[in-house]
Order: sequence, then C-alpha cells, then structure tokens
Amino acid sequence: MDVDADKVFKALADPTRRSLLDALRARNGQTLGELCAGLNMTRQAVTQHLKLLEEANLIATVRRGREKLHYLNPVPIHEIATRWISKFERRRLDALRDLKRKLEGERDG
Amino acid sequence: MDKPEFVYVTYIASTPEAIWKAITQPEITGKYWYNVNVSESGWRPGTRWEHRDPAKDGPLRLVGKVVESDPPRRLVLTWAFPQDENDEAKQTRVTFDIEPFRGVVKLTVTHDRLEPDSDMLRGITHGWPIVLAGLKSMLETGKPLPKLW
Repeated sequence: MDVDADKVFKALADPTRRSLLDALRARNGQTLGELCAGLNMTRQAVTQHLKLLEEANLIATVRRGREKLHYLNPVPIHEIATRWISKFERRRLDALRDLKRKLEGERDG
Repeated sequence: MDKPEFVYVTYIASTPEAIWKAITQPEITGKYWYNVNVSESGWRPGTRWEHRDPAKDGPLRLVGKVVESDPPRRLVLTWAFPQDENDEAKQTRVTFDIEPFRGVVKLTVTHDRLEPDSDMLRGITHGWPIVLAGLKSMLETGKPLPKLW
C-alpha cells in the first residue's frame, strides 16, 4: 500500500489537528477526555479531528478496557520524506550518468 | 498490562511471514536497519538476542531476552544497552504485532518501560520511525532506503 500522502497532508493542513499532535508529543497515550481538556473544543469536534488523524495513520490507538488511548505516530511522515529523498538521490544519479556519457562521448568523438 | 509509552504503526503490502523474517533474520535486518538482529536459539523465549553491527566482531548495540515468540504474529523482547544488560531497572520492552489488515499487513511496534529523559528514550523516538519507514520501503520496493542517520 502506498503511503496515502493526500490523507497525511490533508490531516496536517489544519492547526487544530497539529495542536492535537503536539499534545500527544508532549504526553503520549492520552484519552479523548484528556485531549479535549487541553483544547477549548467540543468532544464531538475533537473526535472528528482524531478520526482524520487516525485515517492518515498519524495517530495510533490502543484500547485499554473502556478507554481508547491515542499515540503520536510519525512513521507516515518519514515514509513521505524518505520517498522523496530516495527519488532525489535517483535523479542525481541519473544526472551524473548522463554527464558521464556526454563527457565520455565527447572525448571519444 | 503497563500503559504503552510509544506505539508505532505502519501498513505494509507484504505478508506476515516476510515481515517476521525482516525483523528476525540478520541478513535481512542488515539491509534496512544497518545493524543486525541475532538470536542463536531461533528466537526461543527465555534466550538472549542481540542487535549488533553487521561487521564480523562489530560492536554490540543492544541486547535483551526473548519474552514471547509466536511467529509470524508476535514477538516480545527486552531491550537494553549492553552496559545495562544486568540492570533490571533499565530493561525496556518492545513488542512487534503483525496482523493482516484489509489486504495488507499492519505492523505495530510498542515500546514501553522506558525511563524518562534517558538516552534510550531519545534514541528510540528518533529511530523507530526511520527503521519502520525503511522496512516498508525494502519490502514494498525491494530497495532499502539510504542510510539516514
């Protein structure tokens, strides 16, 4: 499965959702109630934001008894970053190969 | 059960067996982790495992015990720096859960029993996302990522 980059970018393109991720970075494994207490928002609105973050795999959840704990999951951000890093590497290698061919071709000619 | 401290999830287009091998076989871990996971016992519970530099007699990076092993679904390890091997208070714990999920495989890595503000805590929060992104890339494209750290 490809990284669903659209979902990740969409999830990150909202300040409230970024502040939810910040809250988990400060303290991982919070419940919905704890996350709501840190933000001046209704439970329903926070639930919606968490749903989008979970669909983008930016948060992982664990059920413990009746509680659902939320964890910051930065893995998809690394998947996106590394994907482009390796593409840039490849392009740089292609450019070097072309340069080598050109120079060698000129020398030969 | 302790409250987990870090939970990392990645979805990989592969099989549970391939993911199990990628975690437990040194010749595969070396490709994306740049260190190798080694168990002399075939990951039998109660035995020692090592995470070490792939060079012959290369430095030992981490060491621990196999707590639970249920291939290809679940592997639980203790996880410590070599100098802390016999210090009970410094044994952290890592759980790999591998489960089929909507046609792909969900890999969950849970790391807990970490001391606040420890070198281990700093190391793993930096390291796990990179290792898991590398594992996914290797299994899906056949190519590991360049060494990024």
